[in-house]
Amino acid sequence: MAWTRFGKKKDMPGGLWIKCESCGGMLFRKEFEQKHRVCGSCGYHFTLPGRERIALTADPGSFEEMFQPLMPVDRLGFNDKVPYDQKLKLTQEKTGETDALIAGTATIKGIPCMLAVMNFQFLGGSMGMVVGEKVARAAEHAAARKLPLILFACSGGARMHEGAVSLMQMAKTCGALALMHRAGGFSISVMTHPTTGGVTASFASVCDLLLAEPGALIGFAGPRVIATTIKKELPKGFQRSEFLLEKGQIDRIVQRAQMRDELARFLAYGTGRDPVAAFKPAPQATHEPIEVPPAPVEEKPKRGKKSKKE
Amino acid sequence: MSEAAPRSPVPDALAFERPLLELEQKIKELRSLASGTHLELAEEITSLEDRLRRQTAEVYSQLSPWERVNVARHAERPLTSDYVQMMLDDFVELHGDRVFGDDRAILTGLATMGSQRFLLVGHRKGKTVKDRLACNFGCAHPEGYRKALQKMRLAEKLKLPIVTFINTPGAYPGIGAEERGQAAAIARNIMEMFEIKVPIVCIVIGEGGSGGALGIGVGDRIGVLENAYYSVISPEGCAAILWKNGDKAPEAAEALKLTGKDLLRLGLIDKVIDEPLGGAHRDARGTVDRVKAQIVEWLTELGQVPVEQLLEQRYVKFRGMGVPLGA
Ligand SMILES: [Zn+2]
Repeated sequence: MAWTRFGKKKDMPGGLWIKCESCGGMLFRKEFEQKHRVCGSCGYHFTLPGRERIALTADPGSFEEMFQPLMPVDRLGFNDKVPYDQKLKLTQEKTGETDALIAGTATIKGIPCMLAVMNFQFLGGSMGMVVGEKVARAAEHAAARKLPLILFACSGGARMHEGAVSLMQMAKTCGALALMHRAGGFSISVMTHPTTGGVTASFASVCDLLLAEPGALIGFAGPRVIATTIKKELPKGFQRSEFLLEKGQIDRIVQRAQMRDELARFLAYGTGRDPVAAFKPAPQATHEPIEVPPAPVEEKPKRGKKSKKE
Repeated sequence: MSEAAPRSPVPDALAFERPLLELEQKIKELRSLASGTHLELAEEITSLEDRLRRQTAEVYSQLSPWERVNVARHAERPLTSDYVQMMLDDFVELHGDRVFGDDRAILTGLATMGSQRFLLVGHRKGKTVKDRLACNFGCAHPEGYRKALQKMRLAEKLKLPIVTFINTPGAYPGIGAEERGQAAAIARNIMEMFEIKVPIVCIVIGEGGSGGALGIGVGDRIGVLENAYYSVISPEGCAAILWKNGDKAPEAAEALKLTGKDLLRLGLIDKVIDEPLGGAHRDARGTVDRVKAQIVEWLTELGQVPVEQLLEQRYVKFRGMGVPLGA
């Protein structure tokens, strides 16, 4: 259920080159970022920070953040090695965010919607009271204003440091989505790498449409827990988007590069607009071509830093 | 996880029970001695019984959260099947999710208890080794949650309230469970339980293991037995992740604030239901009677509430759990 250690090693150092987690290829940072963190050779979709997701999804300048003053509280006085309230402060300073979800109104290719995006950089995108409250408010706001709701999930699950309070956020968010369904509101969940535990087992799975980015790990229990329980090796591709599609669990897999157009198309279907016009790729600001130097054989660890071994 | 220690009759996690069990044993011996001979032992027995009562009360009032977790898992603790047997005047089991199978880890059926009729939904752990295996030790698969939902919709149609008994270490983590949408099944139950137009009473009778518990845990009244727990993750799992050491489960249990008392203070449940002296495993009858009285009280109360108000209150209840700063 709970937030584990996905992605700890994915924090990218400031170097020119990045090693692909999937194929091991060396990616030129500038090009990699222009491709919104998708590997140019194998197509692996890296976890996208919340603000980058919003920039990639919403029309420029259209996103208006809401519920920003909401702050997490350490109701339990939780202390593993670092007290939770200290951990929060440190993470807030490091990320510049108050918690693991950013919500607000936006337009996507001119179509107004409510957008809620999880931020994996904040304690593994774990769901505590702030994430729960923001999802609930976003659903309530969307229902009241008759706005379609798009939720981008990216989470290791519930936030253990908030104990059963975090567990109950599953109920809070599902209750709000029930309210939205009853009001006839239209909701889209996009599951990105990784979406597990209490987030998959709550709001991310009860929207009208369930989309996923390619290769995303999506499931209830973590693969390690399952492997330990059944004492067997897991099948290849288990709990990945393609597996879920094959098992009938999701509606579609959407490439990151097409996400904005696809979302606009769905929003058009959901709001009585023209899907053909909405889907047509908007004229892109042309990027200056990037000159990619020859890739180094292996990324050299920086001086003074320990090399990180997988 | 540590290597299995040599088996002793009382597991280490229940070490606090040893002096009580010794006293109980001594009283038993004295009693049989008294009945077999003409020795006058009544006075001694009474004094030992007094001591046992006092000591039990003392031990049980000072249990650590981890010790309570182990009482919640006690092999002799009354299970859903015991409540069915001891509490109900009629019970008709209903099987299957109508899609895939009949998950033995969740029991559903129509129940009569005095003048009350309701749908009973409960995790089932099993009594014998064979039973326990068939029930996956109370860890349900998606079809279990779907079965529960399908029967809850039936209850709604028949205007029967719903009583759920929560007692699971967690939803089953396995290949089939994931293939058949464990997360989605739990999520759907949680969402739809907000919409079911009959009163719902949930009682955590043992283990309230995370999403697998909440999957039948959205209701108008939530009760937790004194030595039951309800948690976002098992203490062992939490210790393995945050302490990087499964042996730190006692510390994790403490930190997670998973006992009834804590949950009540956090505003997540309505009531801690007292257990008989020395825990539910010492007195199944007494435990069942207390739970029964609580169910009657709540169902009577909720029966008076108009449906619209009921659903509104149910939403407000969960909506108010975990209020952030600045809300
Ligand atoms: Zn690659």
